[in-house]
Amino acid sequence: MTELLSSLVQGIGMGSVYALVALGFVIIYKSTRVINFSQPALMMAGAVIVSYLVGPLGFYLAVILAVAAVATLALSLERTVVRPMIGRPVFIIAIITIGIDIALRNVLSGFIGADVRQVGSPWGLQRVEFLAELGISVQQRHVAMVVTTLVVITVLFAFFKYSRLGLAMRGTAFDQETALTQGVSVGGVFALSWAIAGGLAAVAGVFAASGAGIDQQLWVVALKALPAIIIGGLESLEGAVIGGITVGVVEALVSTYQADYAPWLGNNFSIVAPYVVMLLVLLVRPYGLFGTKEVQRV
Amino acid sequence: MTTPEATPRRRSARLSGRPEMFTSYAEHMRMLNTAPKRRAVVALVVVALLVPFVFDDNTLHILALGFAAAIGAIGLNLVTGYCGQVSLGHAFFLALGAYTAAAISGDPEGRTIGFGVTNILIWLPAAGIVAGLAGVLISPLATRLRGLYLAIVTLGLVFLGEHIFSEWRSLTGGEQVGREAAVPELFGFSFDSDGEILTGDQKLYLLILVVLIILAVLARNLTRSRVGRAFTAIRDRDMAASAMGINLTKYKTIAFAVSSFYAGCAGALLFTVIGFFDPSSFNLLLSVQYIAMILIGGIGTISGSIMGALFITMLNPVTRELADYIPFLTTDPTAVLNHFILEGVLYGALIIGFLLFEPRGLFGIWLRIRNYWKAWPFTY
Repeated sequence: MTELLSSLVQGIGMGSVYALVALGFVIIYKSTRVINFSQPALMMAGAVIVSYLVGPLGFYLAVILAVAAVATLALSLERTVVRPMIGRPVFIIAIITIGIDIALRNVLSGFIGADVRQVGSPWGLQRVEFLAELGISVQQRHVAMVVTTLVVITVLFAFFKYSRLGLAMRGTAFDQETALTQGVSVGGVFALSWAIAGGLAAVAGVFAASGAGIDQQLWVVALKALPAIIIGGLESLEGAVIGGITVGVVEALVSTYQADYAPWLGNNFSIVAPYVVMLLVLLVRPYGLFGTKEVQRV
Repeated sequence: MTTPEATPRRRSARLSGRPEMFTSYAEHMRMLNTAPKRRAVVALVVVALLVPFVFDDNTLHILALGFAAAIGAIGLNLVTGYCGQVSLGHAFFLALGAYTAAAISGDPEGRTIGFGVTNILIWLPAAGIVAGLAGVLISPLATRLRGLYLAIVTLGLVFLGEHIFSEWRSLTGGEQVGREAAVPELFGFSFDSDGEILTGDQKLYLLILVVLIILAVLARNLTRSRVGRAFTAIRDRDMAASAMGINLTKYKTIAFAVSSFYAGCAGALLFTVIGFFDPSSFNLLLSVQYIAMILIGGIGTISGSIMGALFITMLNPVTRELADYIPFLTTDPTAVLNHFILEGVLYGALIIGFLLFEPRGLFGIWLRIRNYWKAWPFTY
C-alpha cells in the first residue's frame, strides 16, 4: 500500500512536468495547427539557463529570468523561422521545428559539457514524510512539481477564460479568418502561443533537472509529452493535463510493479509503457480521449 | 470505353527537329523522356561504375553507405513524399531489415541467433519482406490516422522497437554489445574481403550500387504506374482521391508495405557495410536523418532521394575534415565547440534552410540550373 501510494505521488509529480510540456505542445497546436517538435530543446534551454544563473542570483530569480529568456527565444524562433512558412503544409513546418530542435540542442550541449550541471533547486532529493501513520515518504521536489503545475494551470486557464488576449487566442484557435475580421492580430496570437509554450517548457525543464541534474539526455523527458498529447487529444488543454498525469502515473506504476508481475517485458519497460498506452487509446479513439473529431468537407 | 476512332495505342514517332515535343501520353511518361536525360543517366552510371578505380577505400566506404541509405530514402519518399503519409518510424523498419539479414546469415555457432545462410540473394529479399510485412501490420493503425497523429504514432514505434531490440539479447546481442551484420556472399563469392583484383570496399561499393540502381528503377516505375498516381492523388487530397474511387486503405497499405520493404533492404545493406551494430543505432535520430534526406534531396522525387542520402551521409566526414581547417574547431569532445556540435547544428540549420529557401531541395536547385542553361543566353 505504501509502495503504491508513494509511486502514485511520484507519478503525479513527474506527470505534472509532462503536463507542462504537453500544454505547450497543445497551445501551439491549437493556434497554428503545428506540432512544435522543438519543445525538448526549449525545455533544456530553460534548465541550462537556470544552471548558469543560479549561482549569482539564487534559484527563484534565476527561474523567472530563465522563463522570460526562453519565452523570448521561442517568440523569436516563431518570428524568424516559422512565420515565413505560414500556408505551407503543416508537416513541413513540423519538420522545421525538428530542425530547430536539433540545432538548438547541439548548441546547448556545448554549454552543458561533459559533466552533469545542477539547477540548484532548494528541494534536491530531500524527502518529506507524508501521513506519518502510513509512513509514506516522497521527494519534496515531486510535491513542488504538483503544486507549481496546479498554480500554472489555474493561471493559464483563467487567462484563457477571462482576459482579452485569452479570448483572442481561443478565437484564433476556433477560426483564424473570422478572428482576423474581428480585429484579432492572428500573428500576435501565434507569437504569444510560442512564448507561452516556451515559458512552460522552461519551468518543466527546471523541474525535470531538479533531481539528477542536467545531462545530455534531459530532452528525452519532453518526448514523454508526445504520448500525453495524443492520449489527451491534440487540441484539448484539459486533455494535455490529464494525458500528462496519465503518462507519469503509468510510468511510475510500471517501473514499480512490472519487474515483479511481468518480468518478460524486459528491463526499463516503464520508458516505453506510455507509448503502449498511446497505441491502445488510439485503437479505440483515433482522436484521443478529448480531441475533436475532424470534420471533413470536400 | 474505346471507340473505333480512338487514337492508336502505338508510340508515335518523334517529329524531326522537334526533340522536345511529345505526341503521346506514353511518350511523355517514359522514364527518360528526353535525349539529354538518357545521355546524362548513362554518363552518371558509367561514372559511378568507374569511381571505385579512382578513389581510395575510405571514400568508397562512405559512398557505399550513402548508396545504402539512398535505398532507404527512396522507400521513405514513396510513403511520405509520394503518398503523403508522414512516417517518423523508418528507423524501426531499417532495424527489422538489418536484424533479419544478420540473423539469416549469422554464424550458427555464434553468440547470437544465426542460420548460416550467407547468400545475399536469400537474406536481402528476406530482410525486405520481413520489414514489408511489418509495414502491412502497422498499416491498419496508420490508415485510420491522419497527418501529425500518424507522425507521433510512428515515432512511438521507434521507441517500442528500440526497447524490443535492446531486450531481445539472443538476436541483437543487447545494448552496447551488438552483433555482427549480414555477410555478403553470392555462391561462395565474398563481397567484403579483399580479392585478387578488387578490394572489399570496391566490391561492396559495386554491389550496393547495382542493388540501388535496380531498386531505384523499380521505384521510379512504380511512381509512373496506376499505383503511383493513386499515391499522389491521396497525398494531394485524400477525400478527393477516395471520391474518384481510389481505395484509401488499400493504397496506404501498399505504400507502407513498399516503403518498409525498401527500408528493410537498406537496413540490411547499411550495416553490412559497417559490419557491426547494436540496438541503440536505431533511434529517433536515424528516422530524422531519413526525413532530412528526402527533404534536402527533394520531396516526391527518386533522384532527389539519392542526392539527399549522399548529402547527409557525407555531412559527417566533411565536417570532420573541416575541423582540421577551422582554427577554433577541435575534435576534442570536451570542448565547447567541437565538430560533433558543429555537425549537429549544421544538420538542423540545413533542414531549416532548405525548407525556407528551397522547398524542393537539391532536386529543385538542379531544376533551376537546368532551366537556366536550357534558355541560356536568354533569361526565359
